[in-house]
Amino acid sequence: MNPARWLQRHLQTALGTLGTLSRQPVATGLTVLVIGMALALPAALHVLVQNARLAAGSFEDVRDFSAYLAQGTALVQAEALARELEARDEVGAVTLISAEDALEELRADPGIATLILALERNPLPHTLVIRPAEGLDNAAIQALADSLGPPVEMVRLDMDWLGRLAALFDVLRRAVLLAMLLLVSAVVIIIGNTIRLEIQNRRQDIEVMKLLGATDGFVRRPFLYLGLWYGLLGGLVALIVLLTGLAALGGPLDRLAALYGSGLRLTGLDGRTALGLLLCSLAAGTGGALLAVSRHLAAIQPRV
Amino acid sequence: MIRLERVSKRFPGGGEGLREVSLRAEAGELVFLTGHSGAGKSTLLKLIGLLERPTRGQVLVDGRNVGRLPDRQIPAYRRQVGMVFQDHKLLADRSVHDNVALPLVIAGVGAREIGRRVRAALDQVGLLARERHLPVTLSAGEQQRVGIARAIVNRPKVLIADEPTGNLDPELSLEIMLLFRRLNAVGVTMLIATHDLALIGSLGARQVALSGGRVITDSRGAP
Repeated sequence: MNPARWLQRHLQTALGTLGTLSRQPVATGLTVLVIGMALALPAALHVLVQNARLAAGSFEDVRDFSAYLAQGTALVQAEALARELEARDEVGAVTLISAEDALEELRADPGIATLILALERNPLPHTLVIRPAEGLDNAAIQALADSLGPPVEMVRLDMDWLGRLAALFDVLRRAVLLAMLLLVSAVVIIIGNTIRLEIQNRRQDIEVMKLLGATDGFVRRPFLYLGLWYGLLGGLVALIVLLTGLAALGGPLDRLAALYGSGLRLTGLDGRTALGLLLCSLAAGTGGALLAVSRHLAAIQPRV
Repeated sequence: MIRLERVSKRFPGGGEGLREVSLRAEAGELVFLTGHSGAGKSTLLKLIGLLERPTRGQVLVDGRNVGRLPDRQIPAYRRQVGMVFQDHKLLADRSVHDNVALPLVIAGVGAREIGRRVRAALDQVGLLARERHLPVTLSAGEQQRVGIARAIVNRPKVLIADEPTGNLDPELSLEIMLLFRRLNAVGVTMLIATHDLALIGSLGARQVALSGGRVITDSRGAP
């Protein structure tokens, strides 16, 4: 068979099965809805985790750390050190808080102000607030902190918190992956079962076709396309559910973000996730159909 | 065209379908297989349609030993054999045209050619006007004629029919048998199983009588 003819046959089958589906709109609609909902859930979780990570990323100051200089370090020396550090690749920005500025800030607090009046001299050191370069991982930040020698006397780095956050995201990601696996398996089973029923319904037709010399491939093809359509339509439903959900959440979340004065925004569905979702549902549909077909079609042999 | 050499068929349950049957049908010949039900007529046709394989002996169709054909070559073989069934086995949800077109669709024939050949086949059985109807809207005799059109649309060299008039009254039965004879005149080798001796008596075709899985009489003489 030449390629054009082959393509034509596949196109015919694809359109033909779509016609079959459209002739039973209620049954098709229900199946597609179930598949769509089952797929929307893991996709929503994925978007959620993605957003949470972006949100965590937007608290950039959690990665900042403070380096306290030794008492008696001259301000010029501190400024020089700040410039020197800023020139390093792994450093994003350095802010110098001089001992005087720090004391001034404390004086603004009426509770502490009286205490400060009692002090003979400024007990505070100059402080460098160091923001690591973007993309630096926790180990590299730790290494950067360790590399600071005199006049830096002490470094306060909240590594534990960073570690916990990363671990939390690992757990979340794994959980989402598991949920995805479970729900995609569910979709494979739903579609497999739907195809199995369809095969049973068409049993007589299949027998007749085999009597007329249809190959297994010919008999199998419409069922595979059926699975493919279920997957594709289910994936589209999942996308619609997801977009609707995100749109509904968008407004309240903006208000919440405004109240916290953060620039936090729902990123919504990026193209890659949407494409992944569709491909995933397509694969689940075709896979389910393949499973059903390989199990049930061979058993049907014509009897006269 | 069709040659059976000492063919025996034993079924798994222990039932014996055929015992040492030898039969030869030349190209373009029309052969009626007669006998009571259980005589082995259907079994013999099933061996030719490759719905069953012989336990012993050889079944040769057009020079090929079909009993030894590998499974994956069965579909291609069946496309060269026209089959007509007692219950016609039409697809209820497809029009007459689509039913007749099915063998051509399976064989991968182009759309324009399908239309032409389906109309030619329907014309031969006199049902061209019913092309767009669903099978259920036709009478039993018309349905069987659709079944025959489907069997000849792919221009097979061999046509087998198992009790094609089993569900029809005498008048329609005769009509169907005359149709077979007309089609046979264009050179198709035909094997038709029937228990209706009165019907085929007037047709003057060769008759092979089976009983208990053996050939007991052959109007043409020994094979």
